[in-house]
Amino acid sequence: MARTLYQKVFDLHVVREVADNQYQLAVDLHLVNEVSSPQAFDELRERGLPLAAPHRTFACADHSISTGGDVRKFDDLLCEAQVQLLGRNTQENEVTYFDPMKGLHGIIHVVAPEQGLTQPGMVIACGDSHTSTHGAFGTIAFGIGTSQVRDVLASQSLIAEKLKTRRIAVEGKLPSGVFAKDVALHIIHRLGAKGGLGYAYEFCGTTISGFSMDERMTLCNMAVEGGARCGYVNPDETTLVYLRNRPYAPGAATWEQAAARWLSFASDPEAYWDDEVVFHAEDIRPMVTWGTSPDQSVPVDEPLPDLAQAGEEIDGWRAAMDFMGAASGQSVMGIPIDIAFIGSCTNGRLSDLEAVADFLRQSDRRVASGVRALIVPGSRNVREAAIAQGLDRLFADRGFEMRDAGCSLCCGMNADKLVGLQVCASSSNRNFRGRQGSPMGRTYLMSPVMVAAAALAGKITDGRMPEPGSGGHK
Amino acid sequence: MTGPILAVTGCGLPLPGNNIDTDQIIESRYLKLTSFQGMETHVFESLRQMARTAGATPHPFDDPRYKEASVLVVGRNFGCGSSREHAPQALYRYGIRAIIGQSFGEIFVGNCLSIGLPCVEVAAKDEAKLQDLCREFPTQCITVDIAKGVIFAGQRQFSAALEEGRKQRLVSGSWDSLNVLLDAAEHTRTKLQELPVINPIKTGTT
Repeated sequence: MARTLYQKVFDLHVVREVADNQYQLAVDLHLVNEVSSPQAFDELRERGLPLAAPHRTFACADHSISTGGDVRKFDDLLCEAQVQLLGRNTQENEVTYFDPMKGLHGIIHVVAPEQGLTQPGMVIACGDSHTSTHGAFGTIAFGIGTSQVRDVLASQSLIAEKLKTRRIAVEGKLPSGVFAKDVALHIIHRLGAKGGLGYAYEFCGTTISGFSMDERMTLCNMAVEGGARCGYVNPDETTLVYLRNRPYAPGAATWEQAAARWLSFASDPEAYWDDEVVFHAEDIRPMVTWGTSPDQSVPVDEPLPDLAQAGEEIDGWRAAMDFMGAASGQSVMGIPIDIAFIGSCTNGRLSDLEAVADFLRQSDRRVASGVRALIVPGSRNVREAAIAQGLDRLFADRGFEMRDAGCSLCCGMNADKLVGLQVCASSSNRNFRGRQGSPMGRTYLMSPVMVAAAALAGKITDGRMPEPGSGGHK
Repeated sequence: MTGPILAVTGCGLPLPGNNIDTDQIIESRYLKLTSFQGMETHVFESLRQMARTAGATPHPFDDPRYKEASVLVVGRNFGCGSSREHAPQALYRYGIRAIIGQSFGEIFVGNCLSIGLPCVEVAAKDEAKLQDLCREFPTQCITVDIAKGVIFAGQRQFSAALEEGRKQRLVSGSWDSLNVLLDAAEHTRTKLQELPVINPIKTGTT
């Protein structure tokens, strides 16, 4: 019978059905961070339970780690204690830890793919909602809470519901200056922040098959912002090329066999999807959020929507506009910013930094006065690769501050956070109230290049347009 | 707490609004704490503080009328966003024992189920009626009958939807997942042996 990738991978991992549509699923890969794991390790200790599969468990400290390059201890003692605890828990339980003291750290959703840990056909769980990122490789990857982290630590399995599938095809060539992030925001804008509830999103079509792995990760990362528990892209040649020679990928002796197995997980053409949607790449423009939910967005050159279009979301729109100081008909262009943030598990990969560098090279402009612009690589590897290309010098010359790897200003857990009424142009994934560390701070989500454009202009602007006196595009 | 959860009875706590994300329920700075103990003291902290500062109507979690409430009534997509279990833990430790809403964030519902906190769905018009009812009659007992899929509030009844499997797990007590999973430990081990190992040469050497 023809099946989708989701069905194939799910069926392969079912241990048993424990209740109606509730399955015990075996987990290939468990990624652990410092935030959602301490209570889980504690409970195992209290119950005297060993880890079921330490060799399938990998840990990174990312949320509360400092990106200031400071020598330990961190100024924030709570962060310090949390990171130390992860070190102890992983050591006691013989779990591989990408130790910041050894300079191996980064955001787990950047590090695991980089290391070749994320492989097609896997079920991947992690106590972080953006685990959906790993779906880019044709996996079922989803976020779990601490109780489920405990479950996976103790049993290398968890209870999961089988989701419906929605096939989202994006066809054609993206216009210049439009990126994977814009595709993600466009889809969420159209389908809504809760449109994906109950679904796994399958991303396909010529636009997606032409995407690099980094771009696919950006897209799958945001699936969860569209309400879907997970999103995925069928594995193909691009996936294989990315994985080859990664540290944890199969070696030469078993490569052919692994590759054939991986490709066999791709959805069959005759498979059944519960829903199908098609988008056209040429319709997509650079997107900017105007509200406090990731679906509240507009193309940068379009005015904010009329409240009359809000439908059942009217109260939410009103509250969001009120909080953001926005109004129908207003343009997002020209909104002054205080902070520009390029980074996160959505857009903190080398290709994101390269895209920003390409953009900066089109002119000789610097970050506008009064704006603080942060570039936070998603991992140490990304940082080192950027430095090897000399991007650190370019960024510094233009007034950007390149920091050490971590989640940073995406979630406001370390020292990088908004203060008071600060306004941030951000390449991260959530524009929720208070998300970036200040209850009154305002977040505008957009692509890294759009963030860079805003940093130079001191206000939200159309990254596709040359600014007056900028020397124009190449 | 362990064991079957057939029904929850308590006073209602009306919390209007849609898309209330887990960052609002518990801010990220409390995620630095390595225990859930005391999490309830920070539930909706910023929103409550802002309401106090503004001197306007108190936030429902500070409204003395709802002090004893244990059944939370919410709108659409409640608990969306971050997978932090700190959010349901804070609500549970605050005293919430059931949540009635139009819809919920997927990970949030799973996290609630893991700690025995049922989330049931009602139609938009029923949510509005329940919100009104809680405000007008704060001492009115509300019973969320999980097994029957019905909410009883005085003379009124509302239909409450809950996925069959989630209902079965609450009613049977198998919401408490770890023992269920460990019962099939041998079977899981066999299954894992069928799955490719992660390059063993590298494992443990980092």
